[in-house]
Amino acid sequence: MDEKIGFTLNGKPVSIGAGGGRMLLGVLRYDFGLLGVKYGCGEGFCGACTVLVDDAPVRSCQTLLKDVKGRSVVTIEALAAGEALHPLQKAFMRNDALQCGYCTPGMILNAYGLLRRDPNPSRAKIIDEMSGNLCRCGTYARIVAAIQDAAREMRAEK
Amino acid sequence: MKAKDPRELDFFDASHLPAMDRREFLKVFGGGIVVAFSLVDVLEGQEGQRGRGPGGGNLPTDFNAFLAIREDGKVVCLTGKIEMGQGIVTSLAQMLAEELDVSLDSVVMVMGDTDLCPWDMGTFGSMTTRVFGPAMRAAAAEARAVLIDLAAEKLHRPAAQLAVREGVVYDAKDPAAKITYAQLAEGKKIERHLEKKPPVKAPAAFRVVGTSQLRRDAREKVTGRARYAGDMLFPGMLHARILRPPAHGAKLLDADVSAAEKMPGIRIVRDADLLAVLHESPDAAEAALAKIKARFDVPDTGLDDKTIYDHLLKVAPKGEESGLKGSLEEGAKLADPVIESTFLNAYVAHAPIEPHTATVRIEGDKVTAWISTQRPFGDKDEIAKALGVPAANVRVIAPFVGGGFGGKTSNRQAVEAARLAKATGRPVQVAWSRGEEFFYDTFRPAAIVKIKSGAAKNGSIVLWDYAVYFAGQRGSDHFYDIPNSRTTVYGSSWTGGPGTHPFATGAWRAPSNSTNTFARESQIDIMAARAGMDPVEFRLGNLKDPRMIRVLKAAAAKAGWKPAPAPTGRGRGVACGIDAGTYVAHFAEVEVDKAGGKVQVKRVVVAQDMGLTINPAGARLQMEGCITMGLGYALAEEIRFRNGEILDVNFDTYEIPRFSWTPAMETVILDAADAPPQGGGEPPIIGMGAAVANAIHDAVGARLYQLPMTPARVKAALDEKAPAATGRTKSALRPRTGIA
Ligand code: FES
Ligand code: FES
Repeated sequence: MDEKIGFTLNGKPVSIGAGGGRMLLGVLRYDFGLLGVKYGCGEGFCGACTVLVDDAPVRSCQTLLKDVKGRSVVTIEALAAGEALHPLQKAFMRNDALQCGYCTPGMILNAYGLLRRDPNPSRAKIIDEMSGNLCRCGTYARIVAAIQDAAREMRAEK
Repeated sequence: MKAKDPRELDFFDASHLPAMDRREFLKVFGGGIVVAFSLVDVLEGQEGQRGRGPGGGNLPTDFNAFLAIREDGKVVCLTGKIEMGQGIVTSLAQMLAEELDVSLDSVVMVMGDTDLCPWDMGTFGSMTTRVFGPAMRAAAAEARAVLIDLAAEKLHRPAAQLAVREGVVYDAKDPAAKITYAQLAEGKKIERHLEKKPPVKAPAAFRVVGTSQLRRDAREKVTGRARYAGDMLFPGMLHARILRPPAHGAKLLDADVSAAEKMPGIRIVRDADLLAVLHESPDAAEAALAKIKARFDVPDTGLDDKTIYDHLLKVAPKGEESGLKGSLEEGAKLADPVIESTFLNAYVAHAPIEPHTATVRIEGDKVTAWISTQRPFGDKDEIAKALGVPAANVRVIAPFVGGGFGGKTSNRQAVEAARLAKATGRPVQVAWSRGEEFFYDTFRPAAIVKIKSGAAKNGSIVLWDYAVYFAGQRGSDHFYDIPNSRTTVYGSSWTGGPGTHPFATGAWRAPSNSTNTFARESQIDIMAARAGMDPVEFRLGNLKDPRMIRVLKAAAAKAGWKPAPAPTGRGRGVACGIDAGTYVAHFAEVEVDKAGGKVQVKRVVVAQDMGLTINPAGARLQMEGCITMGLGYALAEEIRFRNGEILDVNFDTYEIPRFSWTPAMETVILDAADAPPQGGGEPPIIGMGAAVANAIHDAVGARLYQLPMTPARVKAALDEKAPAATGRTKSALRPRTGIA
């Protein structure tokens, strides 16, 4: 039997026995029912499956379950504090930065990582750091605006 | 059947519905006033489907949607249309709120559920707003008139004296006398016909239509709560992985499943052509699939992404001529010179980020399927047929759809999931991998356009002989004022016939039109350059259509266009087009890296006349989406294949636009509130290929004849660039494709 792997998921300690060699994407979706984590390509090319591990964005389709042992995993479901949305979520809404919404959780979490590293990123930096996340609906320009908007709000809150 | 006036609406008592459906139906409504309405014969293919109601039951009248005023005052609209990002969940609600004089918040949209919503052909062709919209507005206006009549009775005031605001009917002269829609709907079962059809509101009276509204589904989407077909999970559900051939046309010789069989909890289903492994864990199913040893016979077709064009010309059926005007011989004599060009475009994938997915559950004889679909009612019939059950037993629900672009009108995965659910007796989910998505996509067809045209010395076009192979008819007609012209369409539909394309093809956002616009507007620029004229002035000189002239001028003004014959070295290009009733003009500004051939689009301006605009913010979102998506087919997207094997199976080699490609975008929506609303989700994509091609020519003097305009092709065009001495334009691709 596989050893149990323990980690923190959306603030709560969890542990799971099945297969440390499994990818985090399937574990989060099917073992924990966190369906905001999306499959887009399965090979690290689109970013739809992005989650936070110790506050940094990672592609859950390329992350082994055993590699998050003892770490903190956050999915889109836990980004808002209860009904109070995160500034990025509000900014995505305000800026109409989504259409079908399928890429949106990954976009928001990748942007979250960016703003943690750099609370005041230039436009060029946003484009550069977000370029690995794909949106087929073509919402990129709105997402850049939303990230700038959220960054302003987050700086003002500090 | 004689076409009815779309305004001729039927009111009926919900108790006429078949028993089972009525129960479902009233669960949603909780009673109230119900209006059903129809679009009649405006849509092709609707014929023969009339009178079919929820669950396939018969209804007293034909209609395409329900509208209900519920006892709690909510206005509920049930329609078979689906939301895939295009924003109709907002714009349809705006139309209802407008005509009924209720707040936008009180409108509830129930979409894409075949048990609750009446039959609908599907969500494509930019038809929701321009075809469905007017019928819905009229229904709402009529419902409002019914409510006012009821209020007149209750309040003992003449109807003419009553006004409505936010769902409250009141006496305009005595506002204290009032009654709400909710009160009027209470305990009602309405069946009545009005003698006089109330007119819909005039644009001057609009409060909601024409105002910009944010997406109504945004909160669910930013919190990860929005549910897509793959998010429907049920206890005991099995995830299926299906054995796929390595190439289209390949035949399975044998498959050894002995290793897979031994895995705990694995179910294996062999059903005719279907061989699937299923497990409660998708990871386990995937691992089992990898253990199957299968041999296939892969036929050698000799076809690949380079030889395909010759093949297509060879198999092309007889062409259909249209728009014959004047004499082509006469035109050729007047032309100075006659310019012949051949344009090509590659197969292009839809590549929505959500792959095709279906979850199917069978309980007793009831089949329920959650599908990522643009065509729930079509899927319903296909599932019924595959399972051999009456269509009435099948319920299809389209939850949120993660992008469609035409690709989700075809849903093989739904039939697969249904067959596997039947075979296993368990709920089954089939969620395609990205590789399966690329393999089974119904690609935008590869196509060829040949044009022979010419202008006289004074710059007026005198000859236009246009032949398109396999792209299809939409957008093949020109809109210039040309005395001698002809359009010939070879291969009438996007799917070709058997033996045409090596795999499935289908409608791709603004089908046919991006190909046709690329060819036409490139050729117009070639003639303008040949005549030594500015491309905008050349177009204006050959246009008589006032709508097109207005759109082109508006775009030129926004772009700050300074007339000069191309190539100017500035890297600016223009293109015009008409799609789904909408007139559109594009300007693109590019930078070309001469050494590597890479093109960066710096700025795009799009102006469009789409008639009445329901939600300007939503329309701009669609325009920006089209510009961004259009960069893909213009610069990079091309499915490469060999002998039926698809060589591009993920986003590493099949490049779609990304953040770093995004140009500065400026969108202009021309005021045309008095004209009927037209399509918005497709037209702004059609000019991207031509505007960029013309901008590349303007930048470096090289003409691109093939989409996508990859760095290699731009390089090749730069290398070939030589002064045209003969007056015959040389296709850069002739040597490669062998097209004479
Ligand atoms: S699904 Fe993980 S990057 Fe695409
Ligand atoms: S909003 Fe549809 S893929 Fe990004």
